[in-house]
Amino acid sequence: MTSHTDIDATATGEAMIAMSRVEKWYGAFKALTDINLAVRKGERIVLCGPSGSGKSTLIRCINHLESYQKGEIRVGGTLLGNNARTIDAVRREVGMVFQHFNLFPHMTVLQNCMLAPMRSLGASKAEAEASARSLLGRVKIVEQADKYPAQLSGGQQQRVAIARALCMRPKVMLFDEPTSALDPEMVKEVLDTMIGLAEEGMTMICVTHEMGFARKVADRVIFMSEGEIVEEAPPAAFFTAPRQERTRKFLGEILHAH
Amino acid sequence: MGQGELLFLLAGLKWTVALSAIGFIGGGLAGLGVALLRTSGVPLLERITASYIALFQGTPLLMQLFVVYYGLALLGLRLDAWVAVAIGFTLHASAYLGEIWRGSIEAVPRGQTEAAKALSLSYVSRMKDVILPQAIRISLPATIGFLVQLIKGTSLAAIVGFTELTRAGNIVSNQIFQPLTVFALVGALYFLMCWPLSIYGAHLERRFAVSSR
Ligand SMILES: Nc1ncnc2c1ncn2[C@@H]1O[C@H](COP(=O)(O)OP(=O)(O)O)[C@@H](O)[C@H]1O
Ligand SMILES: [Mg+2]
Repeated sequence: MTSHTDIDATATGEAMIAMSRVEKWYGAFKALTDINLAVRKGERIVLCGPSGSGKSTLIRCINHLESYQKGEIRVGGTLLGNNARTIDAVRREVGMVFQHFNLFPHMTVLQNCMLAPMRSLGASKAEAEASARSLLGRVKIVEQADKYPAQLSGGQQQRVAIARALCMRPKVMLFDEPTSALDPEMVKEVLDTMIGLAEEGMTMICVTHEMGFARKVADRVIFMSEGEIVEEAPPAAFFTAPRQERTRKFLGEILHAH
Repeated sequence: MGQGELLFLLAGLKWTVALSAIGFIGGGLAGLGVALLRTSGVPLLERITASYIALFQGTPLLMQLFVVYYGLALLGLRLDAWVAVAIGFTLHASAYLGEIWRGSIEAVPRGQTEAAKALSLSYVSRMKDVILPQAIRISLPATIGFLVQLIKGTSLAAIVGFTELTRAGNIVSNQIFQPLTVFALVGALYFLMCWPLSIYGAHLERRFAVSSR
């Protein structure tokens, strides 16, 4: 426990997210081992690794969709504990975009975007609507505001999901394979939206295998395998000179697949 | 069959409708509570509600009515037949509707709850705004099916001396000795209540099957 405070000292300060020695079990299965990760304000992280390596689990711990058993996670200085107050405080600051969009099918696009600001931030209907329309404009989908999710293409739905998360004015955005469920021709419109966000200085952690996106926007690429962070490096170094054998093997596989 | 007898039957019909409505509304409110506790994620509450559901689904409605009416009387709690029957039907319906709605709540994809949590929606808002509107849609055919069973089940209230449609039919038939006519009419009245509901339930089921493809 002696070096505990050292980690805190380096991790907080400018850190938006600080995970230290996080461990997570699903029953007897250890899904995360000794995760240490500090993400500075405005930093863009790409998280990659083979299927089942714990990428989703890692980012889902950050907004407590999964609980963790050991270590600590701080988001914007708040220590994420196992209680409703800190969980709620953290979730207000952290937006999440899912692989399968998870839009609310019984609400229109506009209603999807207005619900959380009205319920969680106490925004008035007029404020929520103005903000929703402006963010739908930003993801270039404002003309679909009164449609239902099922009437939109996958790419459009995912952009709505991004706008919905942004309506909470989050400080951090988490993306869990946001383009994996899309038809190839729709991947670009979603990536372009994410690139736009990155250029505006949003702090982001993106689980994705879109290596072009990683090269273009990531400050750091993190490679996970079997629940551990195996390697992290700026994209240029990560792609040209991976240090670990497991990373080389993974890169060989996904670059072949594309 | 004279006008007096006909009016007597219609008075019975009125009680059948009232009993069904009370069972459905009381059972619906209590059933919502049962369904929410059953899916609360709190092991103790889930186990208690699971036992409650098993108890009421595993015993005949007739016996449940007996227990409420005579059993509570034995304990010194003398209830009006009307109140006893209302309680009995509410308990019965709450178990069935609770179980139907538990299934519907669980049938809403997990991603919906996750998205709602990630947006920092409270439990109340998650349920009220996101999960229940979808769950109710899923449950409608089964809910209507149960309502039809409930309407027919109200005839059991006759056993504790309650003059609803079936008992009214019995009384009239004993007076005018035309059981065939009387019960044909009684049957037709039940049919007119239940049949449109069944049709509507089947229609919803078809529509749901199409929209979820
Ligand atoms: N709810 C769960 N219960 C049990 N095991 C799980 C659960 N979610 C994920 N896992 C397991 O944890 C490991 C990591 O999963 P995940 O974080 O989804 O990996 P990734 O996103 O990298 O594909 C996998 O082996 C997976 O089977
Ligand atoms: Mg995953």
